[in-house]
Amino acid sequence: MRYPFPVGKSDFIQGDEAIARAAILAGCRFYAGYPITPASEIFEAMALYMPLVDGVSIQMEDEIASIAAIIGASWAGAKAMTATSGPGFSLMQENLGYAVMTETPIVVVDVQRGGPSTGQPTLPAQGDIMQSIWGTHGDHMLIVLSPSTVQEAFDFTIRAFNLAEKYRTPVVLLTDAEIAHMRERVYIPNPDEIEIINRKLPANEEEAKLPFGDPHGDGVPPMPIFGKGYRTYVTGLTHDERGRPKTVDAEIHERLIRRIFRKILDHKDEIISYEKFMLEDAEIAIISTGIVSRSAVRAVRILRERGVKAGLLKLNTIWPFDFEMVEELAEQVRKIYVPEMNLGQLYHLVKEGANGKAEVELISKIGGEVHTPMEIVERVVG
Amino acid sequence: MMYLKSAYEIRDKYLRKDMLPTIFCPGCGIGSVLQFTLRAIDDLGLNQDEIVWVSGIGCSSRVPGFVNFDGLHTTHGRALAFATGIKLTNPNLKIIAFMGDGDSAAIGGNHLIHAIRRNLDVTVILINNFTYGMTGGQVAPTTLKGLRGTTAPYGQFENPFDIAQLAVSAGANYVARWTVFNYLQGINSIKKALSKEGFTLVEFLSPCPISFGRRNRMKTAPELIRWYQKITVPLAKAKKMSEEELEGKIVIGEFVDRDRPGLVREYKEYIKRAKKMMGWEQ
Repeated sequence: MRYPFPVGKSDFIQGDEAIARAAILAGCRFYAGYPITPASEIFEAMALYMPLVDGVSIQMEDEIASIAAIIGASWAGAKAMTATSGPGFSLMQENLGYAVMTETPIVVVDVQRGGPSTGQPTLPAQGDIMQSIWGTHGDHMLIVLSPSTVQEAFDFTIRAFNLAEKYRTPVVLLTDAEIAHMRERVYIPNPDEIEIINRKLPANEEEAKLPFGDPHGDGVPPMPIFGKGYRTYVTGLTHDERGRPKTVDAEIHERLIRRIFRKILDHKDEIISYEKFMLEDAEIAIISTGIVSRSAVRAVRILRERGVKAGLLKLNTIWPFDFEMVEELAEQVRKIYVPEMNLGQLYHLVKEGANGKAEVELISKIGGEVHTPMEIVERVVG
Repeated sequence: MMYLKSAYEIRDKYLRKDMLPTIFCPGCGIGSVLQFTLRAIDDLGLNQDEIVWVSGIGCSSRVPGFVNFDGLHTTHGRALAFATGIKLTNPNLKIIAFMGDGDSAAIGGNHLIHAIRRNLDVTVILINNFTYGMTGGQVAPTTLKGLRGTTAPYGQFENPFDIAQLAVSAGANYVARWTVFNYLQGINSIKKALSKEGFTLVEFLSPCPISFGRRNRMKTAPELIRWYQKITVPLAKAKKMSEEELEGKIVIGEFVDRDRPGLVREYKEYIKRAKKMMGWEQ
């Protein structure tokens, strides 16, 4: 098939553009969105590319409708995505919960900017970490990925689609204005170099009758998409394995919600991705995610040059969170520093993980600039 | 003769037995409108497996759960936004949106307007009972001035929306309004609506004796239907009436029937244009 951008070679592009191209290569054929800084370039690239690959790109009346449209598209069989920033992401929370409850594979990109409210539309921040995990109401589980480079924005977008399809779940790609607008060299692979995972479809009539059951024992039911004669009923109400509303049965509610947790937590070793840098003999650990990790790597090198045994744990997946791994690290090191572009969000997860085994210190920075390496170094060496 | 099939035949053919009984109260009009819709589908001989029912939240939004079709019971007011994704992904699917007045005109008002503006290929069956029935009888954007609801216990002080006229103005291809008492016209309108491309809407004034009627001195469905007879005016007659005479009246009939291109057709043309502009195709 013909692609509207070069494949099998490197290009020098923005993070937003990389996300759009990755989505197309991952098989996304439905995009719905609403203009918002700093995510609009994702939409504009999709608007340019989608018709050329016989896909849909449509501008909806707001972000509520955008996420609704992609959920509808997913049930009609498409891989679907929307992208937004803080204010729009807040509007999406209701239907993000609907996607969790109905186990609909979708990818939602949140390009973080300074908040709350309209805040700093053009500047990066990491203030949506907690919103991406806990923004919707009720007990819920989903997956949040966080890239730190334009190449990772590309790679993690493909991974986001694969995880969404594999686990029938919404996946949030949490990036920021810095990565969105920064241009870097990115390798755009040939389609045959990319591993693509597609959702399980019912193998037979029996499976099709259990759109919210667990016929394979892995917690992930095959998805009987619309128009195939399955006559699937999908509801945001608590439902049984067949999809029938059962709103006052505690046992059915618990079975459903616990399975939605289990299907992700039972596979968290596969879902959670991270990188360790100079941690083997480290006495000081830095834990970071997203754009700040780039300064953190440099900070570790500077600290090592100064004789401080520092190392970095860079989180590529921020939810589910590997509390056990952080506890093990806390047993090894004296102190953990958490540089992040907010007043403390990842910090709380790390602190819970460290479980008192090491001191955890937050290095906050807000206002729209990424920490410099020296700002991290100076905090560590006092 | 057209309507020879008994209600039992229609029920057995189209309803999910394991979902019955419905949640509807005695005297509720939703069951009647559901029957009209199923009879229209049956008369047209439409393929049950190529129809998706979508809905939001409310009594009428529970309908997709009772029918044996693909169905998406979504969040409050958002059904048409979900429908946009389904229809553009698989244009072969016919979409029926079953909505209430609060769902479509209040929380979903913006989605309604924009779905109509786009001429999204969907048939909306709109149950207008002037109230929020499921939550216990609060006033809605359709509640006529002076009528009571739990959130305006001394009588509605706001102006009501005329959903059908709104749909005409926003550009729908087909719009009609009836009461549940006008069953023949109702079925015919749904058949027309289902046969057309683009946005089509059939609104029904539908009795809610429990949440609405009781608070407005009309405790039973027959009382509400008699009231409908009093307040409704057929379109032909309304055309000869003055604005003063039409005060507090609701016009029923077929308001528009036109053939503007639907969203699916427009998008297919857009794809062709894109490929031509990029030199991918001649």
